[in-house]
Amino acid sequence: MKDLFTEIWESIRRNKLRTCLTGFAVSWGIFMLIVLLGAGNGLMNAFMRGGDGIATNTIKVYPGRTSKPYDGLKEGRRIELDDRDVNLTAGKLFSQYVDDVVATVGANAQVSYGTKYVSGYIEGNYPSRKDIDRIEVTFGRFINNKDITDSRKVVVLPASMAENLLGGTGTKNTGAQMGSIHLGSEGDGKKVDPADLLGKYVKINGFAWQVVGITKSDMTRNDNLFYAPYTTVKTVYAKGKAIDDLAFTFHGLETEKDNEAFEKEYRAALNLSHRAAPDDERAIWLWNRFTQNLQMNKGTRILSIALWIIGLFTLLGGIVGVSNIMLITVKERTHEFGIRKAIGASPWSITKLIMAESVCITAVFGYIGMFLGMLACELLDKTVGQSSVSIMDEQVAMLVNPSVGLDVAIEATLVLIIAGSIAGFFPARKASMVRPIEALRAE
Amino acid sequence: MLIELKDVNKTYNNGQPLHVLKGINLSIDKGEFVSIMGASGSGKSTLLNILGILDNYDTGEYYIDGKLIKGLTEKQAASYRNSMIGFIFQSFNLIGFKTAVENVELPLFYQGVSRSKRHQMAMEFLDRLGLADWAGHYPNEMSGGQKQRVAIARALITNPKIILADEPTGALDSKTSEEVMQLLGRLNREDGVTIIVVTHESGVANCTDKIVHIKDGIIGRIEDNREHRSSMFGASTIMK
Repeated sequence: MKDLFTEIWESIRRNKLRTCLTGFAVSWGIFMLIVLLGAGNGLMNAFMRGGDGIATNTIKVYPGRTSKPYDGLKEGRRIELDDRDVNLTAGKLFSQYVDDVVATVGANAQVSYGTKYVSGYIEGNYPSRKDIDRIEVTFGRFINNKDITDSRKVVVLPASMAENLLGGTGTKNTGAQMGSIHLGSEGDGKKVDPADLLGKYVKINGFAWQVVGITKSDMTRNDNLFYAPYTTVKTVYAKGKAIDDLAFTFHGLETEKDNEAFEKEYRAALNLSHRAAPDDERAIWLWNRFTQNLQMNKGTRILSIALWIIGLFTLLGGIVGVSNIMLITVKERTHEFGIRKAIGASPWSITKLIMAESVCITAVFGYIGMFLGMLACELLDKTVGQSSVSIMDEQVAMLVNPSVGLDVAIEATLVLIIAGSIAGFFPARKASMVRPIEALRAE
Repeated sequence: MLIELKDVNKTYNNGQPLHVLKGINLSIDKGEFVSIMGASGSGKSTLLNILGILDNYDTGEYYIDGKLIKGLTEKQAASYRNSMIGFIFQSFNLIGFKTAVENVELPLFYQGVSRSKRHQMAMEFLDRLGLADWAGHYPNEMSGGQKQRVAIARALITNPKIILADEPTGALDSKTSEEVMQLLGRLNREDGVTIIVVTHESGVANCTDKIVHIKDGIIGRIEDNREHRSSMFGASTIMK
């Protein structure tokens, strides 16, 4: 093995410039592959993050307007969800699939603490909402069952809101910005700890509410939304039976087809209870996280395949270059191979020499390219990855963690080795086929 | 008999068929020092290539040490060349980017001998040929005579049954030529190495014990030259 590498090194050393030039093409190919895949991953991660917080097997139900006349009522009628829908969903009809049903009810509200105030939206919730939306509570706790049964006046605020209330600079309403989540360092420049607000009372709608928890606020969540017990909000804001939306988790629906069938059935039942046509798809909106995930997975798969293809074609240019250089090398070394054969080199040992050289060039320069590609991904992460854009009042990250995993590194290594072998194969075969007397005659 | 050729024929079919060897019969015994002499175009190089298993023949039989050399695959041929034959070429054919000792090591590398062992052996052979100080030098740093001695060391290192020398003095001046021929003669006498020299120079042929004359693809006279009197320029001189 060491002898083989010595031979390869001797050969490469004699042709530094052309080896480097060829190697550059390979490096470039792999560099592009890695950067493309990294950026692609970042883009997909950013997409995913919007839905990252939600348990995958959930359906959210939003009210809409009817689009068909039915039962003597005209189209365009606004549907309002209420307690009956919760009962229907949780009832016998769908008990085979439905696990947990939670409704929300909310209202615009102004929160004040001392002299500071922030306006936002108070959302009455059940404890299991935390799991369904995967709300991250960084300090304190989320709404619990006792809060619900006792209709306690407690709130869970996002960190940015708490910071604003404490007089620091929140991350709210500053548009595209570098993404420090907890603390801002601009504005009035005060550094505050959102946890300081735990246990304190804030004023909402004239009542004092105790802050029991702080959630993590990130760029993708609505920072003005905060949580309170469902029952409390319902009473305080006199909502009666009406609810904002409802969400439920389900099980036993494994395929897209199953999901569609269930949605159809569920929609029909809900529509009918609101006197809307059973097949009216606008009366209520169903947002099925599970099927959406399936589709998104399909999309990301296609994107990733497309990126691989582009990357591999870029790499192909490099590979052809290596093959070309190896052909020239073989031509130059024909006489030497004749000598080697005369003193007993088998055809395979010659083949091995050329193929190994080809694989070495490809692998070494490929790794340089891979390393630089990963560096570029890091750079992307540090720059574009930290910024977000504001789309329709919501913070959307452009790239999240644009990098390639170990699996891609291993796959790329395999690609390099295979590519190097292919690049070396034809020149190597040519070298091993030449007959020794002819090779000895060559100059 | 170490080498036996029975009615060996060889025709080249490059456009016009060219019958180069027309029934060669030749026996060479172990420990002989033979030269094959002929003018250019006589077929002596073709004969040498066949003897060295670098080329194949059409009909007839060729035995080395009782082993029939015919219809071999490239791999077998390579292995036979490696173990049974040592080559010395007119143009030395050393690998330019390898040092003297690395060149000498090369046949052993193809035998799979370990690194340290073959280095040690190569140094031994270079020492025997008086080149120990030159072991680390590249061929282009050496004189023609030194290069040829390195090539001889490379030919000897696998302890082959036959040494085939193709115009070994062709690129050397007369003084060095003489030294090289004396070296081959000494190897033959002292170590019993079988040596076949192909040449067109009578002076070189005269250094050998037996001269095989080849002309137009047929072996003519086989001259016993143990007295070394065949050279028209007198014994032990090399015509240049």
